[in-house]
Amino acid sequence: MTVKEALFTYVLRIADDSLILGQRIAEWCGHGPILEEDIALTNISLDLIGQATNLYQFASELEENKRTEDQLAFLRVDREFSNALLVEQPNKDFGFTISRQFYFDAFRKLFFEALASSKDERLAAIAEKSLKETKYHLKHSSEWIIRLGDGTEESKKRIQEAINFHWKFTDELFFQNEIDTQLIDLDIAIPLTSLKANWLNYVVTVLHQATLEIPTNTFQQEGGRLGFHSEHLGYLLAEMQYMQRAFPNLEW
Amino acid sequence: MSSKEWPLWEVFIRSKQGLSHKHVGSLRAADATMAIENARDVYTRRSEGISIWVVESNMVSASDPLDSDAFFEPSEDKIYRHPTFYDVPDGISHM
Repeated sequence: MTVKEALFTYVLRIADDSLILGQRIAEWCGHGPILEEDIALTNISLDLIGQATNLYQFASELEENKRTEDQLAFLRVDREFSNALLVEQPNKDFGFTISRQFYFDAFRKLFFEALASSKDERLAAIAEKSLKETKYHLKHSSEWIIRLGDGTEESKKRIQEAINFHWKFTDELFFQNEIDTQLIDLDIAIPLTSLKANWLNYVVTVLHQATLEIPTNTFQQEGGRLGFHSEHLGYLLAEMQYMQRAFPNLEW
Repeated sequence: MSSKEWPLWEVFIRSKQGLSHKHVGSLRAADATMAIENARDVYTRRSEGISIWVVESNMVSASDPLDSDAFFEPSEDKIYRHPTFYDVPDGISHM
């Protein structure tokens, strides 16, 4: 595989994580628990979709403009999406939304910090810009974990349930295959295994502070990076891609 | 869901260095940290500010509207308190 092809796949993974999570959080728009949180979630969603836009543009250039960034977002089917299973999980309730976000943000912050020194200048620039947003997202989700965990009996029960449920999707955030190996050798990609200890350390610290239990189940599920998704992604894409599918080439 | 509402906070934003913080509105939050973050999300989305202050609304003491006569009217006929009787030298554009 050429470096360009490997990089295309690599960029798509990052972009898909941002887009799918951005779309998920956008579902909260107009349904937030309070007005202020509604706007906070929508801001985070827009940050993520903005990151996806930058990354899809880059990906589009990497494949010689065969597809535009919009086509990459709206005209691929679920098997072609390489987002991690974690980000496509349903919102369910505010606790599940925050738990999913917390695991992801904790990973993303470390990831962008490392990616900011990638040998690929374009990728490094996108990482640096996204890092600023991600730092705020992580602050937001971490504080909610603490607030809910150390809150009422009900909030504690529900956030613990969410934290336990999403745990099985966290290993996949560190998924690597030959694409990574090829790009790590060129100092373009980040060895994700090197982030795992710091991620776990941060997560455990916050969960302790929130007086929550660290999940103990060891079963882990993955497949998203290779296009094997849960049933939830299809429904998400159906809604997100509807306009472009129903009215091809529609622009506004 | 608890029906108890979070306390109300007054939000002040400094739009740029050298200007003072200005009251922009209010919001609800459980604590000061959350109030600052909510203010960031609600009031600075379009680059309106570089600094935020929040003050719990019940910490603000206000003048009583019933005292308005005694408080504010006496100054209305004291025009000599305005610095409008000086000749501004030529060349000074902002005074």
